[in-house]
Amino acid sequence: MICGDTFQAYALRSLGHGERLLPKADITLCDQVVLIGSGLIWNIYFAAIALLAGFFLATALAVAKSRPSRWIRKPAEWFIFVFRGSPLFIQFFLAYLAFVKLPKVGVEFMLFGIEFDAGTHWLTRAWLGATLVLVFNTAAYTGEIFYGALRSVPKGDLEAADAYGLTGWHRFRRVVWPTMLRLAWPAYTNEAIFLFHATTLVYFSGFPARKQMGDALYYASYFADKTFNPFVPYPIVAGFFILGTLVIILTFGLVGKRLNRHLPQINRKRFRFRPQWIR
Amino acid sequence: MLFYQSFLTVLLLLAITAPVSLAFGFGGAVASRSHVPPVAWFGKLYTSIVRGVPDIVFFLFFVIALDQGIEWLRHQALCPDWSEPIRQGNDFLVCPQAKAPLSTAPQWIHEVYNFCLAIFTFAIVFGAFAANVLYGAMNAVPKAQLETAHAYGMSNRQTFWRILVPQMWVYALPGLGNLWMILIKATPLLFLLGVRDIVYWARELGGSKTAVYAYPHGDWRLYYFLFLLVFYLAFTRVSEIAIERMTRKLSHGQATAAGEQMRREA
Repeated sequence: MICGDTFQAYALRSLGHGERLLPKADITLCDQVVLIGSGLIWNIYFAAIALLAGFFLATALAVAKSRPSRWIRKPAEWFIFVFRGSPLFIQFFLAYLAFVKLPKVGVEFMLFGIEFDAGTHWLTRAWLGATLVLVFNTAAYTGEIFYGALRSVPKGDLEAADAYGLTGWHRFRRVVWPTMLRLAWPAYTNEAIFLFHATTLVYFSGFPARKQMGDALYYASYFADKTFNPFVPYPIVAGFFILGTLVIILTFGLVGKRLNRHLPQINRKRFRFRPQWIR
Repeated sequence: MLFYQSFLTVLLLLAITAPVSLAFGFGGAVASRSHVPPVAWFGKLYTSIVRGVPDIVFFLFFVIALDQGIEWLRHQALCPDWSEPIRQGNDFLVCPQAKAPLSTAPQWIHEVYNFCLAIFTFAIVFGAFAANVLYGAMNAVPKAQLETAHAYGMSNRQTFWRILVPQMWVYALPGLGNLWMILIKATPLLFLLGVRDIVYWARELGGSKTAVYAYPHGDWRLYYFLFLLVFYLAFTRVSEIAIERMTRKLSHGQATAAGEQMRREA
């Protein structure tokens, strides 16, 4: 079988399209690369959704945590504490078991002439349940980063905003928020990379891979089990993830450049990604 | 009973892994600073490869790779006249004497062996993180301190051990503290390495039916995992407080902002 055929058969296997049976014997290098790459679609999906939704939730959490009112501050503090203080692995297990216990309710509705049904059973599926956990998790970590940045917004900027008569939402949107993002950006880049790496945990922690539709690591461990040779599939996963990490660094670097574009060109430090690699 | 024992397993793993990976990290940091290019390349390669890849990939990879590596070495040493190839298609076959541990060995040896593999894997991964932290800390020690040491006629070795190493800890502590938190939170992954840890027992005991027993209660896994969550929360909170205390203590008399503030307060 040439590689083109394999690509056709397995490129979208992780989404349930293409060949139903996974290769069992005579596993070629091409099989491994294509299937693991196909699984990577899930990792990218989890990371993208979690980053996008987590970003807004994190902003809200950071603002809530810096409020003087106890009733707003305490819930945010607890949320951040719980999600940052416990292992993501346990959170996945717990969430899955809790979602399974939920009573099954569903509603059906028509939207644009197509019939949809929304129900709690979707929460036990990885695409929704695991995404939810990831969103909360990254929101907690990012919230703490944003909170730190919020507290180090320069006093002069705030005074200038007051002098211009900006208040409330305008003051936040025009002055506080952009500065907060600018300050938090390097740390946030780190968090994004960690989140991308954490997506590999999904299918190893309770959430079942239905019909063998799993992520990159799921297929890699499948191949490692079948061929009893870890030296091919895991380096492939590693290669894919290093590529993904580079893409994240580049994208966040561009955004960071834009966030800093108003600063004096000479004084402006070039956006340099300083890897800390631990959060 | 085994459930409580598994908590000890986790604590034991933490207690062993932390110093071992610190040693790995120290070695990595020293290697990265080396003036001999190949050694420096090795140190940098080690840290950057381990950091760029999800740790769970390493956990899955190293356990099999180490296992096969050990068996292969023993195979070469113990059965030199074994003619068949080791990789037969999809199988990895070594002679029976080379199995590690021997298939006749009692159960506890298998468990200890798995546990040792797990510790080694954790140490490699977290050693790379620690190497990064310590490398940064070594560079953060003020250059003037080292130059003064040289001016007093200390050799490179003496400067390193008497000036650099004692001073670097205060710079390394925030990073190491973070690392400790991550290490705590990585321990449930032991479950994936085939060690019977708390996650394993929570699943076993919580389920209403297992391969061995049928428990009279329903599905209690949710509560078991809730308990684990609380355990980890408490553990990380206590560590946080302890690290804060340690930072204060180490800052005493150091040439940093915190040290200066303490000097003024006193």
